[in-house]
Amino acid sequence: MTAPLKDISSAERARNTSFYEASARTRLELLLDAGSFVEFIGPERREVSPHLKIFDLPEQFDDGIVVGHGRLDGSPVFVAAQEGRFMGGAFGEVHGAKLTGLLRAARQIGSTPVLILFDTGGVRLQEANAGELAIAEIMRAVLEARSAGVKVIGLIGGRSGCYGGGGLIAGCCSALAVSEPGRIAVSGPEVIETNRGVEEFDSRDRALVWRTMGGKHRRLLGAADVFVDDNVQNFREAALELLGLVGPFGLDRLKAEQRRLADRLRSFGDCGDAVDIWRAEGIAHAEAVPELQADQFIALANRIGRTSRDAR
Amino acid sequence: MTLDDILASLFPDGHEVSNDKGVILGSATLRSGGRILVLGVADRTALGVDEAIRLSGHVLESIDQDSGPILVLVDSDSQRMSKRDELLGLNEFLAHLAKVLIHADMHGRPTIGLLYGHSAAGALLATGLATRVLVGLPGADPAVMDLPSMAKVTKLSIEALQEKAKSTPVFAPGLSNLAQMGAVHMTWSNANSLADQLEALLADMPAEQDRRDAVGKERGGRLKATEIAERVHDFALQAR
Amino acid sequence: MEDLSFQHRVRGRAGGTRQSAIVGVVASGNLEVLVERSMPDAECAVDIKTAAVGFGAVWSVVISDFVERYSPGGLKFSINDGGARPDTVSLRLAQAVRLIAEAGQ
Repeated sequence: MTAPLKDISSAERARNTSFYEASARTRLELLLDAGSFVEFIGPERREVSPHLKIFDLPEQFDDGIVVGHGRLDGSPVFVAAQEGRFMGGAFGEVHGAKLTGLLRAARQIGSTPVLILFDTGGVRLQEANAGELAIAEIMRAVLEARSAGVKVIGLIGGRSGCYGGGGLIAGCCSALAVSEPGRIAVSGPEVIETNRGVEEFDSRDRALVWRTMGGKHRRLLGAADVFVDDNVQNFREAALELLGLVGPFGLDRLKAEQRRLADRLRSFGDCGDAVDIWRAEGIAHAEAVPELQADQFIALANRIGRTSRDAR
Repeated sequence: MTLDDILASLFPDGHEVSNDKGVILGSATLRSGGRILVLGVADRTALGVDEAIRLSGHVLESIDQDSGPILVLVDSDSQRMSKRDELLGLNEFLAHLAKVLIHADMHGRPTIGLLYGHSAAGALLATGLATRVLVGLPGADPAVMDLPSMAKVTKLSIEALQEKAKSTPVFAPGLSNLAQMGAVHMTWSNANSLADQLEALLADMPAEQDRRDAVGKERGGRLKATEIAERVHDFALQAR
Repeated sequence: MEDLSFQHRVRGRAGGTRQSAIVGVVASGNLEVLVERSMPDAECAVDIKTAAVGFGAVWSVVISDFVERYSPGGLKFSINDGGARPDTVSLRLAQAVRLIAEAGQ
């Protein structure tokens, strides 16, 4: 194979670049083998949202998602990266359709995996119905692709996290890698507080938000499979690792997931806070988990051994 | 129509469907003689981890032993908004329910959603929008995002939003908007026998392929989605 | 939203062979600049859609300064602006001109 591999300076750049701080385009540029990325419906095509005008809102030429094809250590991959700073990375009609088309193609081809770099608050409310439908179609397309043997890996570590319908799509993926800044949930902290009051959830308590929805908790819960320190090179290596580990999808996996989730409910359903869950998992000094450095945390998480790889 | 009315009209010869704290579980016999699995959410109950795990379990139990279609009845709130549900990983529970329904549909158990009340956001994604065909009853009022919340975030008045909603079906709640988007296949009549309408649908089910985006274009609700998806798909097939 | 448009004649053609490049993100205080090599060598054009209404005069100055400094002949700049400050606009324009001059497609 004569595909270009990542050269050393490129890996250094990726290691020195925060995934959280980087734009969607920079994440892809540094995640993939140098120069291998080819974009589908790039910004020069100007496929903007047809719906933002009604609200007198600015458009973005790529509608907040970059999709295309590239190479990861020489092997072909399809990629989609959401720009979390445009409209909160939210799913609109065009934005969602780009990912739907990518997944449908992946299903047809069968042998090329898909990496989804989530960075989303969920449905774009100005196009709520179109966004919600896009997410439903993406979920179906992920399942169809996985049933055809396609590995779909989610990477979560951006400013907008992975919320709402994005959280549901993530739950459909073959495997997930998450960093400390990454958050995964369905309802956002402010929405819970608005609906149920500050006693239920204080959205301004950042420590609470991260204990409940953040990368470390998701890793310990088994809601994400790999935890990485926040740089693009780590996410690249996590993607490669997960691609090597993910097995075929089928009914057995769904049954295993049912058992895994039911077990979780039984074991932790009465816990009031993440710290109680971590304690119940046998972690000494559970309250210190948020302060752990990445490498210590990763070692701890691997010791606990909770992974959902064959049960998601 | 109440849930009992709906079940009686769907299954005039009787059924074994129960509603336990908003979780609908059971099965019934069709007029054709075959069985149909029935599940869903009732009484505008929020869909949380406790409800979702029971619903997905019901489908999985049936997959090995039964055949025939699956009916998902929907009158839910949104996903349950609570610290506990998020702490326990609600996204996985809801995704799992959707996955189980989609898998069933792809493997000989065609799924029909019947939206008879409310539903919203994550609950809708995990139930009605995870079926092959979603049907509505008159009076159903699905919403992705409610107008008061939208008003708060956009800082526009509800009146201003309602005014904008007159010119586009893309954001406001309602069955007809979701039908125009391609999400709702058809609306049944509650003046006629639901058993008849179910039988007619089962005899004429759309193919497995997800064509909601194409339907959305045909109905004028989503003019870009199907074209964009197709173009990306075509580029992707060429890029190797 | 407001639409603005500027055309300038310039000294010389912008360097590089790339046909297009993109920088920035549309967000509050930020902007994206799509630059395309689609103009005659001695001309450049800047099309702007901005969320900040009524700043045409400021844009005019920022763009004139940019054009004078970089002589971006042959380039068309298309901007979606979320209300960025003038120095951010200048930065993005400079980044765009540098990026399209880089080796690559």
